[in-house]
Amino acid sequence: MGRITLDKVTKSFGEVQVIPPLDLSIEEGEFVVFVGPSGCGKSTLLRLIAGLEDTTSGHIRIDGEDATDLPPAKRRLAMVFQSYALYPHMTVRKNIAFPMRMAKLDKAEQDRRVEEAARVLNLTDYLDRRPGQLSGGQRQRVAIGRAIVREPAAFLFDEPLSNLDAALRVGMRLEISELHERLKTTMIYVTHDQVEAMTMADKIVVLQAGEIEQVGSPLDLYRTPRNRFVAGFIGSPKMNFIEGNAAKQHGAETIGIRPEHIDITETGEWSGTVGVSEHLGSDTFFHVHDTGLADVMTVRASGEVGYKHGDRIHMTPRPDMLHRFDASGLRIA
Amino acid sequence: MATKASRAAARAMISPSVILLLGWMLIPLLMTIYFSTLRYNLLMPGNNPFVGWENYTYFVTDPAFATAIWNTLLLVGGVLLITVVGGILLALLLDMPMWGQGVVRIMVIAPFFVMPTVSALVWKNMFFNPVNGLFGHIAKALGLTPFDFLSQAPLASIIGIVSWQWLPFATLILLTALQSLDSEQLEAAEMDGADPVNRFVFIMLPHLARAITVVILIQTIFLLSIFAEIFVTTSGGPGDASTNLTYLIYQESLLSFDVGTGSAGGVIAIILANIVAIFLMRMIGKNLDA
Repeated sequence: MGRITLDKVTKSFGEVQVIPPLDLSIEEGEFVVFVGPSGCGKSTLLRLIAGLEDTTSGHIRIDGEDATDLPPAKRRLAMVFQSYALYPHMTVRKNIAFPMRMAKLDKAEQDRRVEEAARVLNLTDYLDRRPGQLSGGQRQRVAIGRAIVREPAAFLFDEPLSNLDAALRVGMRLEISELHERLKTTMIYVTHDQVEAMTMADKIVVLQAGEIEQVGSPLDLYRTPRNRFVAGFIGSPKMNFIEGNAAKQHGAETIGIRPEHIDITETGEWSGTVGVSEHLGSDTFFHVHDTGLADVMTVRASGEVGYKHGDRIHMTPRPDMLHRFDASGLRIA
Repeated sequence: MATKASRAAARAMISPSVILLLGWMLIPLLMTIYFSTLRYNLLMPGNNPFVGWENYTYFVTDPAFATAIWNTLLLVGGVLLITVVGGILLALLLDMPMWGQGVVRIMVIAPFFVMPTVSALVWKNMFFNPVNGLFGHIAKALGLTPFDFLSQAPLASIIGIVSWQWLPFATLILLTALQSLDSEQLEAAEMDGADPVNRFVFIMLPHLARAITVVILIQTIFLLSIFAEIFVTTSGGPGDASTNLTYLIYQESLLSFDVGTGSAGGVIAIILANIVAIFLMRMIGKNLDA
């Protein structure tokens, strides 16, 4: 259970079309991440699937059944909100039991499922507290617990980690991935953070201005981005783009090379002056100026490398890792 | 207010207003208590002997007293019920996106700006009057006998007038509370399968609890001392059908010129108000603890 198909779905707010006709199919058990810059329509798309917004045209099918006009509660989807949206006046137990209470489930079954969810999410000790007495990570888990007990066809996550601090975010990322491994339920996850997308997804959907730029596995997108936008969005630090003569030599309007695919060498094709360098210990990133190719280029060196501000370095790109794009930004195979 | 010096300075600067306020409250209170123990009738000037509890016994054993207490409670309870229930309904309505929302909101708030005597007069002459009033005209147009509200249902009419005045206040407070409700909570409830009624009962109403408490507390304070509306419309009548405690005290001290009994009534009113206040704070005040 949990196949979701979008068929020419559009959404307009008044005159403004935020989602032009869009097709997408999500397979059973898949972890799909919608990623894109803010305002790209990824949250709107999720809310369309959830039923919190009406589609302007097109069809949404869940397990082959047309769900376009079904109310949210009837779609068998559970959603975890960015603000968690816990009910502040209810205890954790009542929060988690709420969807079952609405479904008028047997009381004993309610208790059993709440206990089970609490055990899975390490919330057993907190069941009688109120959301206000919990930390951010615990609230997040309560929100997930409330979603789990419904045994939905699919989980929808709307930027669930953006209110957590960096350390907790990494932890919750792992927990959600593990939850997916265990439940094998379809999950749709919205984020603007490409790291979350790369680490969690089976399939990434990159969106820009409501349109799907590319769909694929994280490494597909990394290796063969379909266009300049995807190339720049996936990967951290960003890919370097070079225009002009250097690109012409390779028969392209623009060439792109990731910082990790440039080697610092004694003599090399390119040279420049080191600006800011970021020492992470495991890696060092140099911002290189005056290359004559682009304003600033980012280069990664493995380990601790000691170039200083103002040093002149030579660089060699790995030729098989060059990405070539034509005038319209599309990839040249 | 961190250092000792700044605390001392703060106390020194606050003290004039505290002393002034205390005097303002205490002197009239003490004088009222003093007068309540005297035989003090303006028609018999000169001799004001001490009579102890006599004024109190006289006031409490007056058959009008029990009626006045009952009327006061009915008035407060009735208005609270109408304004809270009506306020919630209006707030729910005004919270919905609709055309001309801004204008409608201002119109809903408007009755609160009309002073009590004026609104009572408007209701008395333009609505309730069986000959010239709007309701009378409607009744006649429908072929019914006009209903003389103020003589046939005086207390209910006054409850109506006062509710009309206080409904905007309740609506305003409840509307702001409703607007502070996180819309994601409602959406979460919707996804969890709660229909509109369940969303109201389980999400909105608990969220409004604090605002409802505030409305009840503030309104009770003002409603216990309703006077102008009764004075202008029914003068407490017919008989004592619409006499509340405040009006009874007025009758004793300024219509019967019996300052002593009036003061005794005043002290009883203060005690009653405090009993109600304690009762309310116990019952619903815990909602205010965050």
